[in-house]
Amino acid sequence: MTLPAPKRRRLEKMAINMTPMIDVVFQLMIFFMLTLNIIAPEGDFDIRMPLSKSAGPPTDDLQLPPIRVRLTANPAGGLLAMTMNGEPVSGFDDLQQRVAGIVEAALASGGAAEDVELELDCDEDLDYSQVVQAITAVSGRIEDGRVIEMIKKISFAPPATATE
Amino acid sequence: MAARTSGPATTEFDMTPMIDVTFQLITFFMFVLNFSEAEQDERIQLPASQLAKPAEGVVEIPITMQLTADGGVLYAGEILPVNQIGRSLEQEREVIIAAGKDPTLATVIVRADGRARTGDVQQVIRICQEQGFERFALRALYKPE
Repeated sequence: MTLPAPKRRRLEKMAINMTPMIDVVFQLMIFFMLTLNIIAPEGDFDIRMPLSKSAGPPTDDLQLPPIRVRLTANPAGGLLAMTMNGEPVSGFDDLQQRVAGIVEAALASGGAAEDVELELDCDEDLDYSQVVQAITAVSGRIEDGRVIEMIKKISFAPPATATE
Repeated sequence: MAARTSGPATTEFDMTPMIDVTFQLITFFMFVLNFSEAEQDERIQLPASQLAKPAEGVVEIPITMQLTADGGVLYAGEILPVNQIGRSLEQEREVIIAAGKDPTLATVIVRADGRARTGDVQQVIRICQEQGFERFALRALYKPE
């Protein structure tokens, strides 16, 4: 008895070997997972402050005198008191409103917001976060979701004059 | 001769959904991956501000000074007392000059902890000024309200 010759060419379902691809895909996934570092969004306050720069009387008549903001620290490093040009300020919102008034007055008199300078005179023991809050308050305000820039020229008082 | 009617049972399960999900995951990780060298350190807790602008473009000559809460400066992988950073900054300035660049165009990025003393931050800035650096960027966490 002779068996019929087996059909060599018959339609077969081609099974692709997926193993190497899945291996590579998992390797890639592990690489991306391990190299992932979640970065919190950070921003800068740009300050241009050469060494010779110290707030003194304005060098020309058009230049406005700098606003002096003094921040006093309590023993724990928190904010004890704040003054602006010698006048007491109740808080950062109050400071923002006063600075906004000065900037608007400067704009009304034909100046530019860039002409207004501010000098921060802080106690050495004050927490830096308070300084950043003060800089935030004077550098701009948010109205209707838009940022309105106020003072750009911010400097720290030189140590020799960092006294009340 | 008995014909083999059935071999060892091979079960084929459908891999398509798993591969779909895996590719989605890879795409997600590729998008969120940040290759830029962010100088972040968990020892520094930046103060938050709603007005801190994200840097516009790349800072041309950045020098990052990280100030910890207890007054140490984290610079080039080690913690130095504030009054000892002058020498490192001097070297930094020499490197910038040797590269044919102007040190006054360098930006010192100050990443100071919110609990650090303002006096220490000011001292860091003063030492940088003495080395001829003029541009400073006080870094804060951007936190919209």
